[in-house]
Parts: sequence; C-alpha cells; structure tokens
Amino acid sequence: MVRFILWRLLQAIPVIFVVITATFFLVRSAPGGPFDSEKAVLPEVKRALEAQYKLDLPLHEQYFAYLGDLGNGDLGPSFKYPGRSVNEILGSGLPVTAELGLYALTFALFVGVLAGVFAALKPNTRQDFIPMGMAMIGICMPSFLLGPLLVLVFGIYLDWLPIAGWGDLPGDKILPSITLGSAYAAYIARLSRAGMLEILSQDYIRTARAKGLPEWQVVTQHALRGGLIPVIAFLGPAFAGLLAGSFVVETIFQIPGLGRFYVQAAFNRDYTMILGTTVFLSTLIVFFNLISDVIAAWLNPRLRAQFKGGA
Amino acid sequence: MSTQDIASLVEAEEGASLWNDAWLRLKKNRAAVTGGVVLVVMVVLVLLTPWIAPYSYEAQNLDLGATPPSAAHWLGTDIFGRDLLTQILYGGRISLAVGFIATAVALVIGVTWGAVAGYVGGRVDELMMRFVDILYALPFMIFIILLMVVFGRNILLLFLAIGAVEWLTMARIMRTQVQSLRQQEFVEAAVSLGLAPAAIIFRHIIPNAIGPIIVYTTLTIPSVMLLEAFLSFLGLGIQPPQTSWGLLISYGAETMEEYPWLLIFPGAALTITLFSLNFLGDGLRDALDVRGSKD
Amino acid sequence: MMRLFQSLIPASALVVLLTACGSGESNVESGNREGYLHYGNGAEPQGLDPQVVTGVPENHIVRALFEGLAVKNPKTLEPEPGVAERWEISEDGTVYTFYINPEAKWSNGEAMTASDYVWSWNRALHPDTGSLYAYMLYPIKNSEAYSKREITDFNEVGVKALDDQTLQVTLNAPTPYFLQLMDHYSSFAVHPETLLKYGKMTDRFTPWTRVGSIVSNGPFTLEEWSLNRRIIIKKSEHYWDRDNVALNGVYFYPTENVVSEERMFRAEQLHYTAVVPLDKIPDYRTRENSPYVQSPYLGTYYYLVNTDRPPVDNVLVRQALSYALDRDKLTRTVLQDTAIAAYSITPPDTLGYNPPKLFSYDPSKARDLLAAAGYPNGEGWPGLEIIYNTQEAHRKIAVAVQQMWKKELNIDITIANQEWKVYLNSVSQREFQVARRGWIGDYVDPNNFLDLFITDGGNNNTGYANDIYDEIILERAPKAKTREARYSLFTEAETMMMNDMPIIPIYTYTSKHLIHPSVEGIYPNLMDSLNLKYVTLHPGRRLDMGSN
Repeated sequence: MVRFILWRLLQAIPVIFVVITATFFLVRSAPGGPFDSEKAVLPEVKRALEAQYKLDLPLHEQYFAYLGDLGNGDLGPSFKYPGRSVNEILGSGLPVTAELGLYALTFALFVGVLAGVFAALKPNTRQDFIPMGMAMIGICMPSFLLGPLLVLVFGIYLDWLPIAGWGDLPGDKILPSITLGSAYAAYIARLSRAGMLEILSQDYIRTARAKGLPEWQVVTQHALRGGLIPVIAFLGPAFAGLLAGSFVVETIFQIPGLGRFYVQAAFNRDYTMILGTTVFLSTLIVFFNLISDVIAAWLNPRLRAQFKGGA
Repeated sequence: MSTQDIASLVEAEEGASLWNDAWLRLKKNRAAVTGGVVLVVMVVLVLLTPWIAPYSYEAQNLDLGATPPSAAHWLGTDIFGRDLLTQILYGGRISLAVGFIATAVALVIGVTWGAVAGYVGGRVDELMMRFVDILYALPFMIFIILLMVVFGRNILLLFLAIGAVEWLTMARIMRTQVQSLRQQEFVEAAVSLGLAPAAIIFRHIIPNAIGPIIVYTTLTIPSVMLLEAFLSFLGLGIQPPQTSWGLLISYGAETMEEYPWLLIFPGAALTITLFSLNFLGDGLRDALDVRGSKD
Repeated sequence: MMRLFQSLIPASALVVLLTACGSGESNVESGNREGYLHYGNGAEPQGLDPQVVTGVPENHIVRALFEGLAVKNPKTLEPEPGVAERWEISEDGTVYTFYINPEAKWSNGEAMTASDYVWSWNRALHPDTGSLYAYMLYPIKNSEAYSKREITDFNEVGVKALDDQTLQVTLNAPTPYFLQLMDHYSSFAVHPETLLKYGKMTDRFTPWTRVGSIVSNGPFTLEEWSLNRRIIIKKSEHYWDRDNVALNGVYFYPTENVVSEERMFRAEQLHYTAVVPLDKIPDYRTRENSPYVQSPYLGTYYYLVNTDRPPVDNVLVRQALSYALDRDKLTRTVLQDTAIAAYSITPPDTLGYNPPKLFSYDPSKARDLLAAAGYPNGEGWPGLEIIYNTQEAHRKIAVAVQQMWKKELNIDITIANQEWKVYLNSVSQREFQVARRGWIGDYVDPNNFLDLFITDGGNNNTGYANDIYDEIILERAPKAKTREARYSLFTEAETMMMNDMPIIPIYTYTSKHLIHPSVEGIYPNLMDSLNLKYVTLHPGRRLDMGSN
C-alpha cells in the first residue's frame, strides 16, 4: 500500500508539469491581454506595462523564468491587482474556500448518504421516492437559483439569517454552505442508493441476513463498505470541483474565497493568477483522486488483495 | 467448432433472452413506463414545435412586457412581451438535443476509456488515468474561450465541448467498477474461454456495471443542460433570440420576485423531464440488473 | 428506521433556527450609532495607487483617501478648494498658479508641498510607469512628449514648484476643464518617501498602499483591507478640513452580484448600493419616501459601425438603421425609463452644451433610405451581425434592436455575445460590423466625447476619418476665444459626424442608487460624483419597504 501511494505521488510530478506547460501556452493563445480595457490603452503605456511585467521577453524565456520562480515557490505578481502577489491572494482566499467546502461537503455527505441508504433499503416505496425526489430537485436546482431562493426565504421573508458575508454576522455561513452542498448531496444520494442496491443483492449480504443479523448491522458492517464505492470515486473530483465550483456561491454571498479568483482570472487574462490557481488546483485534484482511489481500494476487499502484491 | 465460437453462441442466446426479460420487467414498472411516456410526449412536442407553437418565438410586443399567465398567453410573457410557452417549446429543442447528444458523447468516451483502463490495468491504466487527471486540472474557462475563438460559434461544437468535459468523472466511476468486476468468476471464466478483451469488456463487463452507468447518465443530463446555459451565456453555443431551458431559468432566476412565472414554468419543464428520465433510468437499471434477474 | 429519517428534517430545521435566532442589530443600525457608512461599492478595487488604478470602484475609495488640488462641489460640480486653498489663472488661460493650503497635511502629519506634486506628476507621466490615465495630464505643456519619451528631462514639462506652497502649471492651450482634472485621481499627489521606501518611483506593484504603509492626504485613512471582503476607512486626524467631516468611517463592500446587493440593502446590511437591478425599479418608484435615486449620467450608450464593412460601409444603410430605431420605446419598456433616448454622442446639457438632433424615429424614411442604398424592402440584404460583451443589459438591448430592425426593414440581423476580452479584441481589431459600446465622460466637457472620433483615435474603432472634423477638434476648438465660439465649433463638428453616422446612438445613461433614509449629503449629479466628507447619518430613520 505504501509503495502504491509513493508511486502515485511520483506520477503526480509529470502530471502537474504537463498541466502547467499546457496552461501556460493555452492562456497566452487566448485573445486579449491582461491590460486591454474598454478605453483604448495608448501604445506607449502598453509597452511600459509589458516591460514592467516582463511580457516583452520571448515567450519561451517567460516560460522558463516562470518555472524558475515556481521552483522557488513564487507564483509571481497578479496582473489584475497590482501590489498583490498570487501567493498572497491564494493565501487569503484558500482558508475561506476550504472552510466553505468542508461545511458543504459534510452537509452533502451526511444528507446524501443517509437519504441514499434509506432509499435503497426499501426500493420503490415511499421511503425511496421521497428522498430521491428531493435529490432530483436538488440536481435540477443550480446554485445560481438555490442561493437566491434560500436568501429570499430565510434572509428576507423570515429574516432569520444574513443575506451575505462570511464571518461578519452570526449565522452567515449557513446558507452558503447549504447552497454549495446541496447539489453534491443530491449526487451522493443517487450514487449511494445505486451502490447500496448493487451490494444488498449480493450473496454475502444475503448470508449475513440469513444468519439473523439485525438490519442496521448488516448495513453498517457489511453493505456500506461496498455500497459507497461509487460515492468515493465521485468524491475525489467532487472535492476539487467544489473549490472551483464555489465561484457562484461566493459571488452570491459575497464570500472572499478562492473560487471568485479562479474564474475571474480567466476573464481578466490575469496570466499569473490563472497559472497559480491551476497549479494549486491540479495538485489538489491529483491528491484527492489519489485519496479516493486508496479509500475505494481499502473498501473493496477484492482490490485490496491486488495491493498486497505491490503496485 | 472452437471453444470461442461456442462461447459466443451461448452469449448471443443469453443476450437475446436477457433483453426480452428486461423488456418484460420494464413494462411492469409503472413509474418507468410513465417516465418513458412523458419523455416521448416531450420529444414529440418539441419536434412539432414549429407547427404547434402558438406564437412566433421572436415576435416582440415591448409595450406588453412581462405579463402573468392569461387566456392569450397560457404561461405568460417575458419582458419583451414574447409568449413564454413558445419560448419553452423552442428552448426544449435545444435543451433536449444538448442533453441527449452531449451526454451520449460523454457516455461513449467515458465508459470506453474507464472500462479499458480498468480492464487492461498496469501501465496502460496509469497512463490513461493520469491523462484524465490532467484534463481535470486544465482551466476550463480558458479551454472554452479558446474553443470559441478557434471554431467560432457552432452548436455542434457546444455538444463536443460539453461531452469533452463531462466524460472524465464517468471514466473514473467506470474504471473502479471494472476493476472490481474483473476479478469476478464469470469474467475469469470468459478469459479462460479465450474471449477477446474487447468482447469481454462489451459483453460481460459493461452490462454488469450498467447500474452506476445509468445512474450517472441521468445525473449528467441535467448538469449538461445547465452547462449549456452557462456556455451560451459566455458566447459559445446558441445566440439570442434562440433560447434553451437553462437560459430561460437563468433569466428567470434574476427576476424571481417580480415575474415568478418566468422561473417556475421553465423550471417545471426541466424538472418534469428529469423526473421522467430518472424513473425510466431506475426502471432500466432494475430491469437490466443481471444478478437481480437470477432469482 | 423511517422514524429516524422523518425526525431528521425537523431536527435540522431546529439547528438552523437556534443558530439563526438573534441575528441582532443590522449594519445600518450599528453604523448609524457609530457613525460608519456601509457602502456597496460594486467590485473589489484593483488597488489604491492613484497613478495605477482605473475604474469606478477604485474611484470612490481613492477619492476618500486622497484629495486633489481642487475638488468638485457635489451639488454644482464647480471646482472648490481642496489641497490648494486658492488658485490664479493667467489672462490667456494657459498658466495656473495653485497656492497650497498650509494646513494640508499627509496622514503621517507632514505638510504637503508643491514639490510633492511635481514628483507625483512626473510619476504619472513617466513612460516607465505605464499609467493608463497619463493622458489626463496631456493638456500640460510638453507632457505628452515626455510620456512618449520624445523628451527625457521632466524640467521641460510645464510643472514647477515656485516654493513649498506654490505650484505653477503651464498648459499648451487654454483648457476650460483643467480644474476638473485636478479632481481626477490620476492627478493626485502621492507621498514620495513612502513610495521610495518600497521601490522605484515608476514601480506599479510595490505594497506601499497597504494598511500600515500607506500615507495619504484625504479626509479618511485606510483602516482595513480584506481582499474581496471589505475595506474600512476611518476619519483622518490630520486632514485640513477634519472639523467638517461628519462620518467616523466607511465600510466598502465588493458587491459584485447586483441582486444580492439589493437584498443586502433591503435587510439593512447596506446604506447605499452601487446600482439597482432594472426589474426592481418600478416597484421602488411606487413607494413613498422611496430610497431609489436616479439622475442623468455623463455617458452615452451606442452602437459602433465599422464603416469599412459592407453593407454598413454605405452611409445610407447606417442612416436607415438609425431611423428605424424607436429609442423612446426602447428606453420606456426594456430600460424601464432608466435611460434617455440619445440621437448624438454628447449627452444633453454637458456644461451648457446641447448636441444637435438631426433625426428621429421614422420607419418609412428608414425604408426609403434602405431602398436608395440598393436593398428595397430588404431584398439582396447580405446580413448583419451585432456583437456585444456578455452582460444581461447588453443582451436585452441587442434583442430588442434586432427585432426592431427586422420588423421595420425586413432584413436579417444576427446577434452574438462575446466574452469581455474577446469582445475588446474584436472591437480594437475592427473585426465586427456593428458592436455595442458605451462611453462615460472623464470630465464634463463636449471635447471628451467628440475627440473619440478623430482619425485613427484609439477609441474611434469605426474607421471614420474626416480631415475637417479633425481640424476643428484638434486645432480650432482649443484656440477658440469664448465658450460660445468653442461650442459652435463643436456643434459644427458633431453635426458633420452624425450625418456620416459612424455610430448609432441609443441612449444616455442615468446613475441609479438605493440610499437609506438615514443618509444625507449624497447629491445626484452628472458625474455620479460623491464626496464622502459631506455625508451625514441620522439614526432612527427607518427604511419603509411597504407591504410587499
């Protein structure tokens, strides 16, 4: 197992390198530059700006310079926010988005797994239809709709919770967490129901039931393990996607997180910011995909045997 | 006759009866049948739209503006005074087409990719899955902007772009499934009978992993429809006055307090479609469940 | 099992309730008590360095932290003393002498000097700085040459510190709007020692504007700057007119989402909003003591026409398109009466100047013009595409315009939205037929609108080239002796340009805000210019949201 993890970590290096290189050249080939604005930029001003940010050097020199800085942990200055480094912006947004993501995912896992498991226990009954119907609505409901709707009900009509902010007013973290988490909750509910149905029909579960084990023990000790494999496979990319996808929620609720920068950097052609967020995100994705593969393997007795034999 | 021929004969026969059985089981599932019927009605309605739509989809009546449902406009009008029912019918053409075609693209690529990676294993698996990791990590927004610039506006491109993004998770799910199925007796039996890997993957492994595939497909369709709205909003995809359910919903969300009908009716259209898909999907899953069918 | 699940829903509702209860005092209540204004600022500012930033969200904060030599009176927009307690203008209008208020201090207590201005304007104009607004100082003698590296000695530029208190500025030509430029942030002084502590004079990206580092000279000082969360400014102890500053401070919020911003206002989380969603306006208008404030804004929304691309290379086609637009209907319906129909580029009553109105909505004339251009009833029409950058407001206009042209002229029109930078690229490369555009004045003077269309001007983008027009705008108008003579030259030029129709004007902007009844001292004006030092708070006044 340790060898497997080390081997995968080693593979992460070329993956991230390819991502950086591809992003670097893709971004530069997109039309428009970081200094284009609605009012025409005088040619002399544009030249000065490009010189200040070393954009006047040949592209390959810029690329190697970037790699060199990256090696020193320096992601460069932001083009959009003069006076701020990308490191600093990531550092200020990350804790917020991570906290938001953690609450959202906890909410999603709790509600999703619970609903999925209950539904799978009595398929095609009310116990199945009600939570699954809610899950369907959750999937149809994009966050740009759910967020404003929750705000309208809980913030305006009932006046229970703040409209926006993060840590400014008591209770202002509840609505954004639920908004971000509910789409994932719906996915998790569907996936865990399917996974559980698959497992519950298998022989070893029937054996366990035949032995007279109480239903909750069958579920928690035997079925959950295999039944949640699809959920686990989904979770890796979901967690990374959560960070990138928090953009809408962060904008609706005025949350000073990373998601806003991740999306806006592309629109602003803030080259260093795009690369910085991408480096960061690709590391996360590789890492979480690895974790989810490890957990899936650990949950699946047949796969576990494979690891004992090495990578 | 070689052993391989025997095996494929057995397989073919089993396959035919499997589909028959599945069809019979599906017909008994009332929810699935209802879902299927609703879907067929939807598809027929949007296909007939140019002939049955009560108004032209671009004719405006600015002085009328947004009005709630009335006898003249059953579902009300939008801020340009355009008939909402007509908009929803025309929007359905785009949304259903995008939903089905892009999902099919994602499905084909994702399932094949995941199945091959999971079945072959080893270095090939590692390379294929690291490629998936790379695609996950590339900045999506830049990818979209570049697509738009290189290829211009094109509805086919929209399907491709969406399919190209959505297959990744499908591939990961599929691979995990295949890895666990691969070790099972019936696959090992097929291997020992000397069946070609492609045959094993498509005849034995994919049918057995059909449950998660169907579920994930029904999950992908709505996210694809909403993604279409986002891409159209960015300028890739359809252009006004053409519309889609995703776009109608995003416009409606902006004015949910003033003109709630502009959100409710397009939202209902999307929800009904997804519920139907979902019931049909679950029915199919249950009907095709190989293990479930053995008792 | 079922019971457990059923009990889950009320349980989670209970959790929400418990944590929610007692959400307590609103921002407006606490702000009114403590003298802090809660201000929706629209976006996170790019920065706070006066010579680096551009844009509206930056403007509001920078103008609270810094102050120019002369400031605009928020009611009349007339210049009044800022850092300069008085000034003299030479007979011929080309030499300005500013006398700096001896009480004008930096926020570290140091006195401001005339040489601070010389240093700061050197920075603004220096070719290495890359200041996007350098051209705002181009009326100063030799400044353009310095900025273009044609001369390298800043002493040749018409800015001199006669002594610590006296700044003498020499202009190329009498520039009636020059004092207005002194209230634009690009002309503000920065504290030389502070900047040099962090880098060279021309560096754009040193952290000198951070809390604890920044030294400024305005009515407020920077207290907190949390990226994308809020900026807090506090009343300055060293500001010369501190006795007349009523607020203790201001919270600026980067309210990007306009729907959220309006809701924050409704829940009394904000005193003031940067904008108001269009669809909310009719409802706000019907309220008594409405917090909704709308006033004309110095900006024009128009469609650029590429005069080199068929079919719009034909002036008759351009005129036909313009005659076929029912601008009154458009502003009344789609824009909910929040805009004024425009028939020319300069907004009405720009410092007493009114643009010519050469045409009106006339569909039959439009059809005649189209027929004369060779497309009777739209026959043989090769098609036309309108591009706009992705935004809801632009989409609405384009959809309505598209349909008006289709209906009146029976021609095929397509519309296409583009991502912001792609759109900017298309416009500057002139890869379009018709493109949406808006221009907001930097200062109140017709020149700021009319010089857009000089031949090869950076913001022309239409291919419009007219020697006589160029001569009037660049040579004759600046030398005009009286305002009447200058304005009649402008009228002549504008009439010529609008007959050639390289643009299709659509509407004049308005500024739109929601202002809490407890706030006073925010005056509607053409520049949407706000001087926070005049703002006062009056606790106890409630927002009446009616029964809705």
